[in-house]
Amino acid sequence: MTDTVQNYKPGEHPSLPPPSNTVGPIAWIRENLFSSPTNIVLTLVCAWLLYKVVPGSLNWMFFDAAFTGEDRNACKAVADGACWAFIGERLALFTYGFYPAEQRWRVNLSFILLIAAIIPVLFDNIPFRKYGLIYSALFPFIAGWLLIGGFGLEPVPTSEFGGLMLTLVIGVTGIAFSLPIGILLALGRVSNLPLIKMICVGFIEFIRGVPLITLLFIASTMLSYFLPPGTNFDLLLRVLIMVTIFAAAYMAEVIRGGLQAIPKGQFEGADSLGLKYWQTMRLIILPQALKISIPGIVNTFIGLFKDTTLVVIIGLLDPLGIGRASLADTKWTGLSTEVYLFVALFFFVSCFAMSRYSLYLESKLDTGHKR
Amino acid sequence: MTDQAETTNQTSNAPSDEIVITIKNMHKWYGDFHVLRDINLEVTRGEKIVICGPSGSGKSTVIRCINRLEEHQQGQIIVDGIELTNDLKNIEQVRREVGMCFQHFNLFPHLTVMENCTLAPIWVRKVPKAEAEATAMEYLERVKIPDQANKFPGQLSGGQQQRVAIARSLCMKPKIMLFDEPTSALDPEMIKEVLDTMIQLADEGMTMLCVTHEMGFAKTVANRVIFMDAGQIIEENEPEEFFNNPQSDRTQLFLSQILAH
Repeated sequence: MTDTVQNYKPGEHPSLPPPSNTVGPIAWIRENLFSSPTNIVLTLVCAWLLYKVVPGSLNWMFFDAAFTGEDRNACKAVADGACWAFIGERLALFTYGFYPAEQRWRVNLSFILLIAAIIPVLFDNIPFRKYGLIYSALFPFIAGWLLIGGFGLEPVPTSEFGGLMLTLVIGVTGIAFSLPIGILLALGRVSNLPLIKMICVGFIEFIRGVPLITLLFIASTMLSYFLPPGTNFDLLLRVLIMVTIFAAAYMAEVIRGGLQAIPKGQFEGADSLGLKYWQTMRLIILPQALKISIPGIVNTFIGLFKDTTLVVIIGLLDPLGIGRASLADTKWTGLSTEVYLFVALFFFVSCFAMSRYSLYLESKLDTGHKR
Repeated sequence: MTDQAETTNQTSNAPSDEIVITIKNMHKWYGDFHVLRDINLEVTRGEKIVICGPSGSGKSTVIRCINRLEEHQQGQIIVDGIELTNDLKNIEQVRREVGMCFQHFNLFPHLTVMENCTLAPIWVRKVPKAEAEATAMEYLERVKIPDQANKFPGQLSGGQQQRVAIARSLCMKPKIMLFDEPTSALDPEMIKEVLDTMIQLADEGMTMLCVTHEMGFAKTVANRVIFMDAGQIIEENEPEEFFNNPQSDRTQLFLSQILAH
């Protein structure tokens, strides 16, 4: 070995290809699936499990499933798998809740506008992003007007909101407002001003120490005791506030973790250049702290989105609530698997999308600086 | 350092009589620990001062007090006619005029080299972006890395990062530059490129306070060398006198240790 190396002057040794048994698919399989006795056993067990589970599930879900039919019996007559006809019949209810049928175009329009409002926030490489962001900031008001009505549109009481639409309203509002509130709470918590720090710590600890269900009960019943008599504000609005502050408290702690990971030198660098507190935070500290916190932030978002199902307890019908109510229909008895799978699919798609986006964002913000 | 640097001290960059920094009877404590004891120092415009001493002697703390990264509890610090007090306005004003380079560079890793250099001019000095970028390019050329302008700090070597940090400070057109062990975190082969940049800056007449262990730099560039130990200024003298004829025992011991190898 050493002889051959000495035949070359430093820097002149040619680059050689790696040995052939360390690259390619065979090497990959050997390294990842059959690298040790334990690994071999695990691989075989997993293959056996997949063999047992996957074909049966696919048959039930697709090949033996009935996609049309009047009722449960009609489904049974044509196939012995899943009865998706039920979901098909109830799709409007699942999507819109009890929103008046002739007004549902407003929900559809809001949804399209929501997509348009999210794009400029998520991606920074689109043209006219600045104007897009202005629109995004206005979107909550446009959507609120479209959904609730008034000013020329027929008013729809929020008690008629339901289904996927209700989940989106609560989830998107919670996500959009909990992040900025969480940032402010986190900055307050690490602040040098004792009064601000005390208020933020107290708020965070109180909200985190109480289950969300309790907060929702407070929102639905007890809040009217605390408010002056005669005031009566919307149940959905109260739920939105509670869900938002609940998520904001968690968010604050996630972001505080990010803030504390920023080396002191970054503050000193910014100070020495004469940047003011808010400039330092906005331009130097938060961009880095939020980047570190992305996994935790998205975790909180996903948790919030799934927690919206809890509103069923105070009488709002989200997809899960509608699903449970639908199961009581005697025409379609015994189809709970289909209903819950459908609801699960909706939540999975939404949460998986958030998770993938966070990975994309992390790789995009990676500037090659590893601490 | 270099031959070219040897000759520079006698040229037009000689300090003037105008005093830009006055430190009078300054004391500082960390909790109960008395770190700085009765520091007195006057710096004139264009003067280059090297502060040395064993670690823990308070030399970094002194220069960090000059731009109020550390707060002093007693005595007076006046920088360019402005006294440093709790008044935020004064602190901001001083920091605008005083640049600083750190041991660990403290570049902003999420911004490109160019953005690092233009951030403060744009937000603090309210310079238009195009003008700030032109100035930044000028300084990046002066520290010899204009081709790295669009890279992120994490993609540069330590020496390059420190030169970016120097350029970043210079973009604010400071009247005074503070250096806090600028070469201590660098590989030996990168120290020279940073020192050359600092020598060049000294030649241009910048008022400089450097905490450093680079005695070669002190010999060639400094007008005055200050030796600190245990939070006090033990000795201050012109470099030649300081190195050839140290007065106190403590200084002699320090110099023998640092110059022995």
